[in-house]
Amino acid sequence: MKEDGLLLVALNLIPDLGSLKIQSLAERFKSFSDFMKAKPNDLLEIPGIGEKICEKIIAYKSKIEPHREIEKAEEQGIRIITLFDEDYPEQLKQIYDPPPVLYIKGQRPVLDNNAIAIVGSRKASAYGRRVAINFAKELASMNINIVSGMARGIDSFAHKGAIDAGGPTTAVFGCGLDIVYPPENVALMQRIIECGSVISSFPLGVVPLPMNFPARNRIISGLALGTLVVEAAEKSGSLITAEFALEQGREVFAVPGNIFSPYSRGTHKLIKQGAKLVENTDDILDELYLERIHNRDGKEEFDLNKLSVPERAIFELIDYQPIQIEQLIEKTQSNSRDVNAILTRLELKGLIQALPGGYYVKN
Amino acid sequence: MLAQVKSCSIFGLESFLVDVEVDISSGLPAFDIVGLPDVAVRESRERVRAAIKNQNFDFPIKRITLNLAPADIRKEGPHFDLPIALGILAATSQMSIEALTDYAIIGELSLDGKVRPVNGVLPMAIEIKEKGLKGVVVPLENDEEASVIEGINVIGVTSLSEAVAFFNGEFKPKKNQVVKDDQRQSVTFDGDFSEVKGQENLKRCLEIAAAGHHNIAMIGSPGSGKTMIARRIPTILPSMTFEESLELTKIYSIAGLLSNHSGLIRQRPFRAPHHTISNVGMVGGGRIPKPGEITLAHNGVLFLDELPEFPRDVLELLRQPLEDGKVTIARANATITYPCKFMLVTAMNPCPCGYYGDPFHECSCSPHQINRYLSKISGPLMDRIDLQLQVAPVKYSDLEGPSTTDSETIRKRVEAARLIQLERYKGQNIHCNSQLTPNLIHKYCKLDKDGKLLMKEAFHNMKLTARAYNKILKVARTIADLDNKSSIKEHHLAEALQYRNIDKYYQNLRI
Repeated sequence: MKEDGLLLVALNLIPDLGSLKIQSLAERFKSFSDFMKAKPNDLLEIPGIGEKICEKIIAYKSKIEPHREIEKAEEQGIRIITLFDEDYPEQLKQIYDPPPVLYIKGQRPVLDNNAIAIVGSRKASAYGRRVAINFAKELASMNINIVSGMARGIDSFAHKGAIDAGGPTTAVFGCGLDIVYPPENVALMQRIIECGSVISSFPLGVVPLPMNFPARNRIISGLALGTLVVEAAEKSGSLITAEFALEQGREVFAVPGNIFSPYSRGTHKLIKQGAKLVENTDDILDELYLERIHNRDGKEEFDLNKLSVPERAIFELIDYQPIQIEQLIEKTQSNSRDVNAILTRLELKGLIQALPGGYYVKN
Repeated sequence: MLAQVKSCSIFGLESFLVDVEVDISSGLPAFDIVGLPDVAVRESRERVRAAIKNQNFDFPIKRITLNLAPADIRKEGPHFDLPIALGILAATSQMSIEALTDYAIIGELSLDGKVRPVNGVLPMAIEIKEKGLKGVVVPLENDEEASVIEGINVIGVTSLSEAVAFFNGEFKPKKNQVVKDDQRQSVTFDGDFSEVKGQENLKRCLEIAAAGHHNIAMIGSPGSGKTMIARRIPTILPSMTFEESLELTKIYSIAGLLSNHSGLIRQRPFRAPHHTISNVGMVGGGRIPKPGEITLAHNGVLFLDELPEFPRDVLELLRQPLEDGKVTIARANATITYPCKFMLVTAMNPCPCGYYGDPFHECSCSPHQINRYLSKISGPLMDRIDLQLQVAPVKYSDLEGPSTTDSETIRKRVEAARLIQLERYKGQNIHCNSQLTPNLIHKYCKLDKDGKLLMKEAFHNMKLTARAYNKILKVARTIADLDNKSSIKEHHLAEALQYRNIDKYYQNLRI
């Protein structure tokens, strides 16, 4: 790695040093060895560096080992790209305060694809799950990189949708790449690395502190042409991501939901503020002047005439609004025995989906 | 002078005859009991002394030595009061001793000489009959209980004087009606399935559970009627045979849970212990092990409400008894095996706040909280629960709706299905579908072409595990039995698939 890149890696190892400060420091010192010789007075000359930060830099200077960090990363198959490198993702470079250092694991080239960020609430409803998976699947099948944060809920479903389509996806971490957060996503992370990449601006070993997440959200929106918010509660991290997207001059899309659902508050707020209401992937593609590559719907329509009369009767009662089995029994005047058997058949044909709580919805 | 009176003592569920030997000799006044008496037996000296005096007999101012033979087994309980008192009266010639050796005597005395009811009369009566005695003298309150056993005279007495009068030939007890086998049919229950409005799906599921003796888990928010319907499960279980009733009554007799003047228990038990229960409370225990909740639920239903609130180790204790139908408790003083063939019925909320999966309420639990809540129930325990069902809250229209099938109709269907199973599993050492092992599943749950196709599709699309697959076959077998079909058809499987693993409801938490 070149000297200037090394300096960025070194500066990135000092906690609480923002990307703008790192950039001014890097402009002043040019190389790591120069920086190591720096006196407090040299640091204080730089605009934006006060006494406190100066003390901190001095204190950390002797402790940081960028060479060791690069070695450690390489041992784990992690690449480090700095702002001075040629292959720093172009989209991200354009934002006001791009992270000076990126740790990357997986397929680097996916970061050059057109990208859409899909974000949302950690506690997703069944509706949100479907929206996230379907949109990610369709967009990823058009080779659009699906960027998200691998958090629980919508984020994970977005990655899953992309993986299901065999398309590119990128997870941005709010911690070091050697830490999997949330821990249950170990397997998911492995699959993301196979067909996409995981990236982070944080040095190895940094734990997922709440204060790290806004910085991560900035990268999510920065990598993408537009950010799609699927479900968000009134106060949600996804809204912060949307805000970043606006600051960065990117598009914000929001999927509407049930007005009574608490998970739709955030997305509806965004729509009221001018985010584009999205019903299908065309709405996103049109806004971004992207070409549609495949037909919108890969799956063939099921011929409803193939269903038996009672099957059809029950299928027609099941809508996108969840319905409980007791209601189905009541409405069809049938018995639980037959209704259960029919539900299994419809489920296996992929026409309906069983939800938690004993509810069923149309697929 | 020497006198000998017969009595009985309990060990576990079994009982053994005890000879109460009284020797009265001259010397310094004393009253000693030997033969491993426990505290309650030793204290009977004071009760006996007062009772004899207060019933206007003479208490001898002599050296009284009392032996309880066999002398190497510990004797428990206050029911030796009456035999001891009669022994003393016999040894001092205050009553006739002629008939004394033909009868066993059981009863606790109060200070004024009245006879009080005791526990464990039924198993004692069985032992007394087996040992060929002519009859038994019991407290009047325990009279019906002892009368269950045919072929012995049961003499219910209310006081020490009455007992003495009986042996002197001056007291004729009224004849007791022996409970006949055919009277079992008239069992009355407190509740009925027809009182449960709506919940057709749940009722169907419980019918299947009862028919195949499957354990069942109900998942639903509070107020969806889980407890109410669980209480009614005994009403749809097959009627107990005389042997089952007898075994159960024995257990309740020993545990002291029989009410006075009650005979054979003919209702299947329903036990719903609170989740603060201890290990010993659940499986039984104590210095001399006493039956726990699982034994009290023998031949009936053990209902665990708020399952995840139970301490995990208490739940783990259920695994082996669920498999074996009995529990062996070993303590320093004794090792006792109690039967515990029960149907496990559990109820739980879908998450700590109760709204997970409800499309119209926000669930305030984090995925981590939900996972932690669910993780309290171990996989091995869930594996023993064949049916897992989501319960919907009751709607107002359901409360007003017409009443539906009553328990008796359902019970008849259940009994018919059980009969088919009994017939099929003759000589296999099992009697219902829930007991099928993987080997036997292979043998008895053969699928036709359509069935195989469906299961193959389900295995891939619904991501079934091998365990879930076996459970579905067992449940489908029961559904086919209820349908009176010898082979499992596609629609039986299709129905069974809807009662499948709890996992499917939590897929949103996982990727």
